[in-house]
Amino acid sequence: MSTAVETRPALNYLNQETGIRSWLFTLDHKRIGLLYVASITFFFFIGSFYALLMRLSLLEPNGWLFGPGTYNKLFSMHGIIMVWFFLIPSIPTTLGNFFIPMMIGAKDVAFPKLNLLSWYIFMVGGLTTLFAMIHGGVDTGWTFYTPFSTSYSTTWVTTAALGIFIAGFGSILTGLNFIATIHRMRAPGMTWFRLPVFIWSQYATSIILVLATPVLAITLLMIGVERIFQVGIFDPALGGDPVLFQHMFWFYSHPAVYIMILPAMAVISEIIPTFSRKPLFGYEFVVYASMMIAALGFLVWGHHMFVAGQSLYSALTFSFLSYLVAVPSAIKVFNWSATMYKGSVSWDTPMLYAIGFIGLFTVGGMTGLFLAAMGIDVHVTDTYFVVAHFHYIMVGGAVMGYLGGVHYFWPKITGKMYPEGLAKLSALIVFLGFNLTFFPQFILGYMGMPRRYAAYAPEFHTLNVMSTAGASILGIGYLLPLAYFIWAWKYGADAGPNPWRATGLEWQTSSPPPRDNFEETPVVTRPAYDFGGMKEELHLG
Amino acid sequence: MANPIALLLREQYSTPVQQRETSKLGMWIFIMTEIMLFGGLFLAFSVYRMSFPQAFVKGSADMSIVLGSINTAVLICSSFTMALAVYSAETGNRRMLTVFLIATMILGLVFLGIKFTEYYQHYLQHEAPAVWFDHTGPDSGHLEMFFVLYFLMTGLHAVHMLVGEGILTAMVIRNHRGSFSADYYTPVEISGLYWHFVDIIWVFLFAIFYVEGLHLHKL
Ligand SMILES: [Cu+2]
Repeated sequence: MSTAVETRPALNYLNQETGIRSWLFTLDHKRIGLLYVASITFFFFIGSFYALLMRLSLLEPNGWLFGPGTYNKLFSMHGIIMVWFFLIPSIPTTLGNFFIPMMIGAKDVAFPKLNLLSWYIFMVGGLTTLFAMIHGGVDTGWTFYTPFSTSYSTTWVTTAALGIFIAGFGSILTGLNFIATIHRMRAPGMTWFRLPVFIWSQYATSIILVLATPVLAITLLMIGVERIFQVGIFDPALGGDPVLFQHMFWFYSHPAVYIMILPAMAVISEIIPTFSRKPLFGYEFVVYASMMIAALGFLVWGHHMFVAGQSLYSALTFSFLSYLVAVPSAIKVFNWSATMYKGSVSWDTPMLYAIGFIGLFTVGGMTGLFLAAMGIDVHVTDTYFVVAHFHYIMVGGAVMGYLGGVHYFWPKITGKMYPEGLAKLSALIVFLGFNLTFFPQFILGYMGMPRRYAAYAPEFHTLNVMSTAGASILGIGYLLPLAYFIWAWKYGADAGPNPWRATGLEWQTSSPPPRDNFEETPVVTRPAYDFGGMKEELHLG
Repeated sequence: MANPIALLLREQYSTPVQQRETSKLGMWIFIMTEIMLFGGLFLAFSVYRMSFPQAFVKGSADMSIVLGSINTAVLICSSFTMALAVYSAETGNRRMLTVFLIATMILGLVFLGIKFTEYYQHYLQHEAPAVWFDHTGPDSGHLEMFFVLYFLMTGLHAVHMLVGEGILTAMVIRNHRGSFSADYYTPVEISGLYWHFVDIIWVFLFAIFYVEGLHLHKL
């Protein structure tokens, strides 16, 4: 670890103003990013708590803790909280908010007031949904499938959907802000192809946020209208088409997977070059792969409906297009691996998460191909195979990326280092716990254990106990960073401006950064990840 | 002497041009979002129009083509006055800016007035789903679907009109306070973009709801 010789400027974004009002009314993108960190951490542990209860209940084949009604609510609320109030906002609103302006050399995002408004909208949405959960919960699953959600469920569907509807506008405004920022706020000399891949990936994510989220909003609005006014939009008894709901829902929710994974890829694309001391291999290919993933993401939603009565020909088309997504994804995995090849790789905590991400994302992506094949999909539809697959993408991919990113950027955000040994240990615990939780679920699913049931056949007992054991280990792996980050915030060693000797603009300013990010507007003359051209002074320490 | 334009430059920007272009880009992105929002409803309409062609044409024949056409003309006029408002702002004519903004608002209110008259007529004809809908016959369920979509889509459009009225009110107040000049009128310009967008949505709504069943009209 290099210790910076230069003394930190006395004033930075954290101590320039103090008091609760200076946080709640801040227009500083860095502070808004931290507001989001606090909010999504809160939602993450609520969502995890529901998961813990489910896993505990599944220790016994008869589901000893909860009956089917409660169990239905548990998995619904776990999904709703985790998808909309943790995963979707996770990296963009926290690390994205903090680092997009810094990486492009700007003072702030394009619309700071809108940025703060987005956080308030997100919180109002989150608390509305939380209110629905506390008052009785929802039992439709996070997917709100009709006609169950519109005609039969007697739980708090409308309120929960309203919360998601509201939070959606926070997402849209965040995406809008990022697109405008990346287009118009770049420092002199920061051309499109000098942008770090982090920016490109966030840009692709923002496009999805802006174009897909409104479709979810209107779909949830239609659910609300149908429930409140008792009219048939999706109700087959009144001539409605429940499959139309599935089309509209997945038109958002498949791209939503890329809202979660593209930002994680953004983080990985920063970590790998830094800890390999090499420029990202095939920069332009990675950039185009990001854009291609965003574009293809809009064309594959039908793979969620192979058994929902869609025509064979559209199913074939969706199957083929889903396979195509593997191409840009594989390009990325290949390019990250090639970046490490013959680099001088160091094994700091962020790199451990990055390498874990590559492995787990590959498993998740490959099993995604199984599910894109119609024959196998019909066999494993609604089994634990699907559950395992998307947890490899969302937890193994998105959450590992988020944790890697928080470790990587922590010294810049707080100016302090976290305890490296403990961090490495917890990265290992997360990796092991995760695999122990979810790998048995692939086998369970393939053997035919259906998802979303409170009880199961006795022959699945051993694998379920393994999964629950893994979940407990994973829980420890998540609690440890929470503890040592809180500790490091106050007692961590001074990090200095650039502890990782990274190349991005964000590392060329003090840690924590000043309110306006840079003492003066930087002028960019070199491509991203130009380790050769880095000034030698930065290496001293 | 302090430069009045510099005062209007928010601190995250380096030049007024950058500020103006960024604001406009922001509104264009917002309009893309709105297209997707309405797009979901247009999709639902198309699907059910294909499934139940007879009921939908029948429903369309119950629309008042006269009121619908008048409303379309009113909105197109409001787009024209809005364009003139932006032109007045551009040329620094603050008095005419207020005049045209208020003219646009009045035309918008006329539109909303006529729209609610139509809603009331549908209510009297028992064509208001969930409130008072009684039609019998084999198609009645599908006819109800037509009216659900009609109220949902034109209702969402009307909400956008109301938001537009609010935005224009804010513009009138800001102009009254002297916020705008030939050098700085970006808020007027992007309000105009929004207003035109909402008008265009109406043109599509008019086409799908009013023109469909035109041949069945007994004028
Ligand atoms: Cu999908």
